Amino acid sequence: MNKIAQLVSVFALGLTVSMMAHGHRAWIKPSATVLSGEDAWVTFDAAVSNDIFHVNHVPLDYQRLTAIGPDGKSVELHNAATGKYRSTFDVNLSQGGTYKVFYASSGLNARWETEDGERRFWPPRGVAPTPEGFEKEVPKKAQNLQISQSSHRIETFVTAGSPSDTVLKPTKVGLEMVPVTHPNDLFAGETAEFIFLMDGKPAVGAKVTAIPGGMRYRNEQAGIEVVTDKKGKASITWPDAGMYWLNAEYSDDKGKKPAKQRRGAYVATLEVLPE
Amino acid sequence: MGSRLFAMLLTIMSTAVCAGELAVSLEIPRLDVAEYHRPYTALWVEDKDKKVINLAVWYDVDMKEDKGEDWLKDMRQWWRRSGRELDMPIDGVSGATRAPGTHTITFTEGAEPLGKLIAGEYTLILEAAREVGGRELLKIPFQWPPEKPETLKAEGKNELGAFQLTLNP
Repeated sequence: MNKIAQLVSVFALGLTVSMMAHGHRAWIKPSATVLSGEDAWVTFDAAVSNDIFHVNHVPLDYQRLTAIGPDGKSVELHNAATGKYRSTFDVNLSQGGTYKVFYASSGLNARWETEDGERRFWPPRGVAPTPEGFEKEVPKKAQNLQISQSSHRIETFVTAGSPSDTVLKPTKVGLEMVPVTHPNDLFAGETAEFIFLMDGKPAVGAKVTAIPGGMRYRNEQAGIEVVTDKKGKASITWPDAGMYWLNAEYSDDKGKKPAKQRRGAYVATLEVLPE
Repeated sequence: MGSRLFAMLLTIMSTAVCAGELAVSLEIPRLDVAEYHRPYTALWVEDKDKKVINLAVWYDVDMKEDKGEDWLKDMRQWWRRSGRELDMPIDGVSGATRAPGTHTITFTEGAEPLGKLIAGEYTLILEAAREVGGRELLKIPFQWPPEKPETLKAEGKNELGAFQLTLNP
């Protein structure tokens, strides 16, 4: 991603900073991912930070997040609040199965130059890209007009009792992860497989990075980097137990008209347990 | 006639007496810690396809509103292998946590909860997880049926002590 495109796509998130630029990373982190009992609760933190899971930059607003239960219906975010560095909320896992908490956005963005050579981009800071807005604000013809289709998804998974698959079904919009290995059944020393889809089709050659949390206590990023194969599949062998920040990025020139480029950014927080 | 009946009875009885069994002895060590809670403990058999036969699951069965089930997941391996699929409590398997000391339990082949064991390779697994404490897992691989009585052993380091399995054909 070049810098402007990066900034433009990030404005869709309503944040004043880039998700990926300058090392900022967005994430939703659960307090636990594997739960037992009849009435389990999980508390979540959502933030954008430099160091993985250390809150030190800006919150990720909970009002932009959705939680869905094992039956595919949305569930309430309890005790939600936004602080200086993170937002926080609780989810009651009243049914057995897998829940997903996520942020997702997709739409068009554009950049061009005016007759005076001034650079313009759309959507502006903090504005979500809507088809109506695009129609109204973006010129049909302009100097160096570049229109691209972009998607962002940030998510995490938690399971009460036995893992289930309803929340793992892809929407076929943007860059998504379809787990082969259930995201709440990850263990150190084992290999997990995930398939990445772009608009429902295998995202071939997507760059996938998994970085363990606790970055403040080590010198290197310690990222595991893989590229998806012909089926969009990435395999990761977890060296150690812990919380991981998984990021995938994909781009091609198969955007739907009027877009030329198509870009997707995906983030998941995954917990790996010791064997 | 009477002697034949007697002989038959004798055969039946000897068959009953000779039903194979797994005699398990496990030690929950006494720990010198400021805050002690009896460990959650699970004992089960896995065949070579990792199919599970649960033998014992000891946890806080008496807590109000089944709150004791909240920590079942801390027996991580048991939770993954079978616990998460189960509806607790299980008759004849689950029970209250046990005090430190050596506990012996005998399981008869063909009877609940062990059931029928087909000939093959198995592993007896013991897992303990203690509140504000640690977790430990011990395994004893065994072959069924044994040709003669046989005793196999494993030894815990922290949350478990001596673990012993005696196989009786």
